[in-house]
Amino acid sequence: MSPPIALIDCNNYYVSCERAFDASLVGVPVIVLSNNDGCAIARSAEAKALGIKMGDPIHHLRDKVRAHGIRVLSSNYTLYGDMQRRVIAACEAFARDFEIYSIDETFLDLAGFEDRDLVAHAHAMRDQVRQWTTIPTCVGIAETKTLAKLANAAAKKNPSMNGVADLRDDALRDDVMHGFPVGDVWGVGGATARKLIDLGIMTAGTLRDMPMKQARAVGTVVLERLVAELRGVPSAAVEMVAPQRKGMAVTRSFGTPVTTFDGMMGALSQYALRAGEKLRHHGLVAAQLTAFFHTNRHKPDRPQYAGSRMVTLHPMTNDSLELIAAARRAAERAWRDGYAYTKAGIMLDDLVAADMRPRTLFEGDADKRARLMGALDDINGRFGKWTAVTASQGFKRQWKLRSEMRSPSWTTNISEVPTARAR
Amino acid sequence: MPFELVPHEVPFFLCDTPAGFPSPAQDDMQEPIDLGAWLVEHPAASYIMRVDGQSMAGAGINDGDLIVVNRAKKPQSGAIVVALVFGDRTLKRLRYVDGRHWLVPEADGFTEILVDENVEIWGVVVGVARKMA
Repeated sequence: MSPPIALIDCNNYYVSCERAFDASLVGVPVIVLSNNDGCAIARSAEAKALGIKMGDPIHHLRDKVRAHGIRVLSSNYTLYGDMQRRVIAACEAFARDFEIYSIDETFLDLAGFEDRDLVAHAHAMRDQVRQWTTIPTCVGIAETKTLAKLANAAAKKNPSMNGVADLRDDALRDDVMHGFPVGDVWGVGGATARKLIDLGIMTAGTLRDMPMKQARAVGTVVLERLVAELRGVPSAAVEMVAPQRKGMAVTRSFGTPVTTFDGMMGALSQYALRAGEKLRHHGLVAAQLTAFFHTNRHKPDRPQYAGSRMVTLHPMTNDSLELIAAARRAAERAWRDGYAYTKAGIMLDDLVAADMRPRTLFEGDADKRARLMGALDDINGRFGKWTAVTASQGFKRQWKLRSEMRSPSWTTNISEVPTARAR
Repeated sequence: MPFELVPHEVPFFLCDTPAGFPSPAQDDMQEPIDLGAWLVEHPAASYIMRVDGQSMAGAGINDGDLIVVNRAKKPQSGAIVVALVFGDRTLKRLRYVDGRHWLVPEADGFTEILVDENVEIWGVVVGVARKMA
């Protein structure tokens, strides 16, 4: 039996972060808009109940917003990034190791905790996260990441589970899997889902029971691995490509600890390259990059440090060189000498389709514009035609970056901290 | 006579870390004082806020001061807390009087608030920071 894995996922994460510092947002419908205030990327339960869907463009929602008094906010990634650090810190004591999957989802290695009542353990962890950060979460426990993801979805969907689902229980696992649409299984793409449905494979349960050979024929080795994961056999190679707008992370442990900044940058550069590749492969650009690294948590007698910084990519980019430069800026700020780092990673957030990229370049005064045009020419020279084409498309569109309804940087800017009234 | 039975004393020293001459290696490790780290002992659960008003002047917390609010610490009677009163963040001292919790100001002219279902204790104030001039 493989050691249990948990996935902790923050509920309506961006909305929950906003509510932490603005109580007037509690109990009312709230939506958070994507970069450039384009479409809804986070919705409170009340907004979901009003039928607002992920990705709905805001200009289609105007009537609903007015009719129901929906509170509309620009995204505040600085806040979401800082709150994520706190959420992970609150989880640390509850797991042997963790792997950040996206800004609001983290996998936890529960090896060594098997003897405990893991449902109670997960509840204690949720309570600690809620206490430290106010953020509500759900936890799914299972033997593989794919199953943990499924467990989490089940915990979210069924209020009777009180936010924790442990799918190591055979009866519960069967029950959940047979009610779980195959297209919603983590890693099953639209095309594969259609093929499976044509074969009469409608649920996670029937997908699990499909012969391995057939799985391979339908969806190559990727689907074969996925079927194995659904059977409780972990596959290290499960493709961790996050869905659009959800962000993605590239994380690795080091064979030998890294103690120098140059060594760290060597690793982070590789991850940034890989992250850029992933973005380009999926036709996405990112608006936020986080670089993080930490020491070996299993050796508490050694000096411990965890560093993490988020930088805004402005303009949004999928250019690996830009990502490396951003990773360097972040790493420089987070770096502390004198520690042996054993794990590092790059996380990208606020992803949008490259052709929808807000054109921030052409905003502002003429001088700024001239400088930016110079920079653009430079980029064209260095990177060739493709960049020039998208840039000119943007020029016609006259995009400008909007974030008119952004909340303050409550936790990261001393001039924007919340006020406590003493009146 | 067997050796074990020979009376003998084993000297017993309680060793302290030598306080005299610090090793050069330790000296290399000295960092400048980080007042922020001293003030914020539990950064993952602490939030900085700015005080607006004089109702806690009696506790040494003035208008414009920065306070460190810790959510990991249990609010106990006597602690200065940030509480949400009908959703408004309010700075007061928590007091337990006659079986009820109260939010008590520490300056003249301000009223006490009974802790009921409209009040939520948000965090405990563990530090205050102020620049002079």
